[in-house]
Amino acid sequence: MTLTITNIRRPNSNTLESITLENGLIKGWNLPVEGEIIDGKGGTLAPALIELHAHLREPGQTEKEDLASGLAAAAAGGYGTVVSMPNTSPVVDDPAIVRSLIEKANRLGFARLRPAAALTKGQTGETLAELTFLQEAGAAMFTDDGRTNEDARVLRLGLEYAGSLGMVVSVHAEDASLRADGVMNEGAVSEALGLPGNPAAAEAARVARDIEIVAGLQAQGRPVRLHVQHLSTARTLDLVREAKRRGLPVTCEVCPHHLTLTDEAMRSFDSIYKVAPPLRTQTDAEHLLRGLLDGSVDCIATDHAPHTRAEKERDLLTAPSGIAYIELAFPLMWTRFGDVLGLEHLLDLMTQAPARVMGWPEPSLDVGAPADLTVFDLDTERTVNPAEFKSKAKFTPWAGESLRGWPTLTVVGGAVAYRRE
Amino acid sequence: MTARPRHLLDFEGWTPERLTALLDNADTMNQVLERPVKKVPALQGLTVCTAFFENSTRTRISFELAARRMSADVVSFAAGNSSVSKGESLRDTIEVLTAYKVDAYIVRHAAAGAAHLVARYSGKPVINAGDGRRAHPTQALLDAYTVRQEFGSLEGKTVAIIGDIRHSRVARSNAELLPKLGAKVVLCGPATLLPADLAALPGVTLTTNPREAVRGAHAVMALRLQSERMSGGYLGSLQEYADVYQVNERLLAGAEAGAIVLHPGPMNRDLEISADTADSPRSRVLKQVENGQAVRMSVLYHLLVGRE
Repeated sequence: MTLTITNIRRPNSNTLESITLENGLIKGWNLPVEGEIIDGKGGTLAPALIELHAHLREPGQTEKEDLASGLAAAAAGGYGTVVSMPNTSPVVDDPAIVRSLIEKANRLGFARLRPAAALTKGQTGETLAELTFLQEAGAAMFTDDGRTNEDARVLRLGLEYAGSLGMVVSVHAEDASLRADGVMNEGAVSEALGLPGNPAAAEAARVARDIEIVAGLQAQGRPVRLHVQHLSTARTLDLVREAKRRGLPVTCEVCPHHLTLTDEAMRSFDSIYKVAPPLRTQTDAEHLLRGLLDGSVDCIATDHAPHTRAEKERDLLTAPSGIAYIELAFPLMWTRFGDVLGLEHLLDLMTQAPARVMGWPEPSLDVGAPADLTVFDLDTERTVNPAEFKSKAKFTPWAGESLRGWPTLTVVGGAVAYRRE
Repeated sequence: MTARPRHLLDFEGWTPERLTALLDNADTMNQVLERPVKKVPALQGLTVCTAFFENSTRTRISFELAARRMSADVVSFAAGNSSVSKGESLRDTIEVLTAYKVDAYIVRHAAAGAAHLVARYSGKPVINAGDGRRAHPTQALLDAYTVRQEFGSLEGKTVAIIGDIRHSRVARSNAELLPKLGAKVVLCGPATLLPADLAALPGVTLTTNPREAVRGAHAVMALRLQSERMSGGYLGSLQEYADVYQVNERLLAGAEAGAIVLHPGPMNRDLEISADTADSPRSRVLKQVENGQAVRMSVLYHLLVGRE
């Protein structure tokens, strides 16, 4: 199958070019036009985005999201690859589930699925899952995300075992006993609102613990890789920065919601803002942005976490945590931070950087590279209208905002996965 | 005056003038309560719903009597034996009640912010009768009213609140209200039950030392200590708590002469307050209950009468 996209430009170039894709790979630039032709209308072509952290809720929670809606939403957001979290029902701790998810996703033809599998059986944090079999089935990484790894010894065993397989272990780093019943960031706002707070120390203390585990294993010469998910506080970032200075194999991701929203949003008492780890302070958000600029944050992930509207209309104590916005992550980042980050850096944080974290080949626009590509319209402002979302979660904190940088075309494996009407 | 607030969820948007008018009007309501026929026709034809998603017999009775004495029709909704226990969402519950043409809601809920959600979902005036740890504004108003009744004004007065500040909506609402009316608030309790961030509120100081808290206080309020605080690990023992933080005659000796004692009830006698003190001439505990009805009548009047 051959596809040619015309009238596109490479990032920060004004030259209109065309690219031809064949058999899932980039065949060449500016070749004689052949096959199906799509007019890129002057948009910017980049490797498709890679999401390291999304909850697609299949199997078992398909009232919130499923592979079809979640991967279609991802493609609409410009993502070509999604790592799904294993905290489903049942938990993805069985190689058969990994295989069935990948097969189903391949049939759908939206974004590519690379499922994360549970590090421990049932994500209980007690005994390791069959990591070798899970890797053979196609698991992309191991994590007990959704739960916290309270037993440090078991996490250490998991890092040893996964590391020997060349696999990343990613952690939802919060000390559950310190977090306690907190539903928002602990601070002046939580006290004013009378809501139980989740202190920044819950995240920092857990990351400090995990870094020391990694340091100990590395000193033994073991190949380990720890990835800190949705890092949210200034102090935690300092700890990761320090770990990198020590040469430890520790990476981290930051989510756009922690960069663009703060605990002040909770004054609305709207559970749409309830997320774990919680929205922090302006100081934290600014610190995270500096981390993106100076390279101490490795990549951007969204933690796309859809729930039903009814669940998110519950009160703040009982509503589930999570914000779902994979469809507008790039426009949000480009609109808010395009000027400070620059296009190439932002694209790197959402394409090559996640691949580096995972140890995957870095996506590129070179001849012979996989044809996972996205065309962005960087200039046209469009209002966020959740009713148009492909995700089942048709609500968002950014509804009604005017954003630019919307994907107009996403190609996965040389085939169209999304095209804006 | 600024626009009349539509709800009483907390004291945001309530000016000192508005609050003073509300307390002044409670005087009138107290006079009504002295009459042989304790009823005025102000709310005739209106239906008020007490929606209590958390149990509280005393507060509900106070509100229901207040509404009835104003001639409102009152329906009460209690979560324990209702659709909520069958899994109905807050939004659905409120939309159903609103379809019955309820004109105003009085809401008690275990979650902070629930009264705000009821206001959003119903579009009707809402009085917050306690939402989680956040706010209990009519309790704070009746406390303010009781202190004002004693001293004529709150200007320059100091109110010490002693106990489990962390979990107390009464403490938070008083800390929000009393400084607006010119009073100072001292919040006091064991460090584990005294969130440091509350010091950011204007007119509020914190101390873990009860003797320091009562110094210069014109009113001393003891808060109910829930026995769950023991299992939560906040305290070494109830005996230790009572020994240090109990509001009793020994502690009150360090307060202003003529200082009064308040308690939002229900009291644990000889735990947070000594039985002697609860029954002493300083105690205004029953006066608070009495004033609560008048204050709630005044709030209902303020929110529901004279609106198109």
